[in-house]
Amino acid sequence: MIKKSLSVLALTLALTLMIGGTADAVTVEKVTSKSGVTAWLVRDHSNPIISMRFAFRGGAALDPKGKGGLANMVASSLDEGAGDIDSKAFQAKLEDLVITLRFNAGRDTFSGQLNTLVTNKDTAFDLLRLALTKPRFDAEPVQRIRSQIQAGLRQETEDPGAIARKTLMQTLFPGHAYARPANGTPESVAAITRNDLSAFTTRRLARNNLVIGVVGDIKKDDLARLLDTVFGGLPATAVAWEVPDVKPQSAGSIKIIEKAIPQSVIVFAQKGLKRKDPEFYAAYVMNHVLGGGGFTSRLYSNIREKRGLVYSVYSGLHPMNHAGLIVGGAGTANERVGETIRVLKREWSKMAKDGMTAAELKDAKTYLTGSYPLRFTSSGSIASMLVGIQLDNLGIDYMDRRNGLIEQVTLADVNRVAAKYLKQDRLSFVIVGKPNGVKATP
Amino acid sequence: MTRLFPILAALLLAFSANAASAGVFNPDTFTLNNGMQVVVVKNHRVPVVTHMVWYRVGSADEGPGESGIAHFLEHLMFKGTKKRKAGEFSKILARNGGQENAFTSSDYTAYFQTVAADRLEMVMEMEADRMTNLVLSAEDVDTEKKVVLEERRSRTDNNPSGILAEQVNAALYLNYPYRRPVIGWAHEIEALSLEGIMAFYKKWYAPENAILVVAGDITAEKLKPLAEKYYGAIPRGPGVKRLRPTEPPQQATRRVTLKDSRVRQPSWSRTFLAPSYLSGAVEHAYALQVLANIFGGGASSRLNRALVVDNKIAVSAGSYYGASDRGPSSFSLHASPRPGIDMVELEKRVEGELATLLKDGVTASEVERAKKRMQAQAVYARDSQSTGARTLGTALAIGMAVEDVESWPDRIGAVTVDAVNKAARAVLKEGRSVTSLLLQKKSG
Repeated sequence: MIKKSLSVLALTLALTLMIGGTADAVTVEKVTSKSGVTAWLVRDHSNPIISMRFAFRGGAALDPKGKGGLANMVASSLDEGAGDIDSKAFQAKLEDLVITLRFNAGRDTFSGQLNTLVTNKDTAFDLLRLALTKPRFDAEPVQRIRSQIQAGLRQETEDPGAIARKTLMQTLFPGHAYARPANGTPESVAAITRNDLSAFTTRRLARNNLVIGVVGDIKKDDLARLLDTVFGGLPATAVAWEVPDVKPQSAGSIKIIEKAIPQSVIVFAQKGLKRKDPEFYAAYVMNHVLGGGGFTSRLYSNIREKRGLVYSVYSGLHPMNHAGLIVGGAGTANERVGETIRVLKREWSKMAKDGMTAAELKDAKTYLTGSYPLRFTSSGSIASMLVGIQLDNLGIDYMDRRNGLIEQVTLADVNRVAAKYLKQDRLSFVIVGKPNGVKATP
Repeated sequence: MTRLFPILAALLLAFSANAASAGVFNPDTFTLNNGMQVVVVKNHRVPVVTHMVWYRVGSADEGPGESGIAHFLEHLMFKGTKKRKAGEFSKILARNGGQENAFTSSDYTAYFQTVAADRLEMVMEMEADRMTNLVLSAEDVDTEKKVVLEERRSRTDNNPSGILAEQVNAALYLNYPYRRPVIGWAHEIEALSLEGIMAFYKKWYAPENAILVVAGDITAEKLKPLAEKYYGAIPRGPGVKRLRPTEPPQQATRRVTLKDSRVRQPSWSRTFLAPSYLSGAVEHAYALQVLANIFGGGASSRLNRALVVDNKIAVSAGSYYGASDRGPSSFSLHASPRPGIDMVELEKRVEGELATLLKDGVTASEVERAKKRMQAQAVYARDSQSTGARTLGTALAIGMAVEDVESWPDRIGAVTVDAVNKAARAVLKEGRSVTSLLLQKKSG
């Protein structure tokens, strides 16, 4: 139903880039509780709901060796009973009060969301407090969650997109935590114990690695009180950790994983930029023209519209905390893989060599600045942006400055960045299927 | 660009509403002289609007041998018009900071843009233009056909559960055109021609068969003159009569099995032919929504409690029902086993829960809790700008009225224990069902 389908990788990327910009109608306030917990708040009294998003720095990349998938398993288990409330009662309470409480483990963060009607806010925040500080991890829910995660992982072993993305990360980051699948393997998930789950919550969930964004019908002092309720009891500091920075390896490699499917799934990546890189905005604008969202990019136009080679083709910046990538993906019938990759590489080197035109830059800027307010059309989306901006240390005025940062990018900037980063012979490919016209590198 | 994904569909169907009588989206409506319906949903959080045009035509309106034509046309609507070159619409929109997409279902096809409120007029001019002025070349059709076939490969052919879902649908509907996949059968997509597509376009794309929905920073007073100027100026079309075959009595239980070496996690489902808001025993439509919620709608539902939590034989189990179809709908049960659990045992357990449901019925407390949960979701539905536009568009496109959406919370509130039990006994009959198994094919 969607004209352009997005892979999980692309979705991650979209979320990462959803940071920044300006929307006149939105005012961000800083709220600090008595115990020193800080949240960014956008008040909106038009609808009696509250959406909160929060994130702890440090994610699945910190999973202990042999226990891959720990952060993910904690994320799935925290709402399965806490304090005196067992799993069934906890879930029933969430359902009956129509409270959404979810956790998610990324590679670099452990995040959560809470949506509630204003009338149930005290209960909702208290359930979150219990989940974060007194999770039960009873045997039944832990075993159930484990078998559910393992079922998903087993199916992923035959999902061409999942295989391609996992293999790409292994190719790019051998020996690094980023090479390990964020949700683990059936075996590593089997090795996770109740003690591992408990240790995760006490070691990782602390006030010093926490950021919070709230949108909705709530007053500042009400929120301050609730922040203390929920997060005041967390340890002051998380156990220190270190994930080394890493450069992508295996430049120019092509891996083929043979599967008897009619369409080959292609993913690719090369070295890119981290979010704090001064050239990030130039690269962001450049990528929009090359293979960014909508139906106007060069890859879309040359690979899909003119040649009909794919339903979906895209490129995107994928900044992580310890590495930067430019990534992309495409899917095409096995017999057309060679042609698709040829055209892709040609566009890659064309942008590197000739850059873009002034008209393309102008159109990209009006799109990127003009579409920024579109991200402000739901509470959850705004709250997610508040969290992202804090994680990236962009400043509380970022939403007002963001479009200016895009505007400042010059033609010289985008073309310099294109020449510096886009190297078609340095692209690493993973292809899952039975592709023709392309050979694996040794 | 094909039929709504189940998740989105579920979201839309579960649109819900506020507590009794408050309405849900409180839209304004009017009709243009040429018969085009207009709906306005106000939401002034940011100066942005979502603009949608819905056509009351989908894959169920396709003729014999032309499956996929409604969806294929949706793709081709992004080509040129008498005024604009191929792709120009998208370029102009993007230059103005707008985002767009389109989707096709069995019953409708819709195009939408989200854009700054001060660019609304520009979007309306372009969307109105392509309602009647589409210009296609044979080359456009040939190239885009390849794109659609790639879309089919990625959604269906690359994915065993996608293949099985198509086969289940084809088995469930003996005669009603929902039996065809929205994206079309590959061999029929390949045979679609420029002439056939243009004939389909001219037949169905006309103002009296379309609905305009605008949500966001706009009022009916401001929208009306623009709607009259751009859409109101389009003459009525030929006025087609919708002819869809109907479903005969279903008398046999069917089973569909797919064994595929790519399957690592087996699954089981049973799908019953069911009434919708508009087809069959429509009096059950609201009770069936409450039933689906109680029986398999979440963590506390009967199927999840029994199979996943208490008996520990499944990794997932649930039920699903949506009423928003012009033709007959379906009510489905699904479960996926834990390792080492035989599919026969899994099926017996689900059937056991079903037998208990049909024999003893649901309890008053179950019904009250389900109704409260469903109604409370209305407040959330109002939060996002696009939810109201999509929900109202869907309802009008299948032939319902705005009041049906607005009174949804009241009608859910009026569902009784007796109504749920009656609906369950009327619909969950095995002679009207397809049982499906997705199994791993062992090599050698």
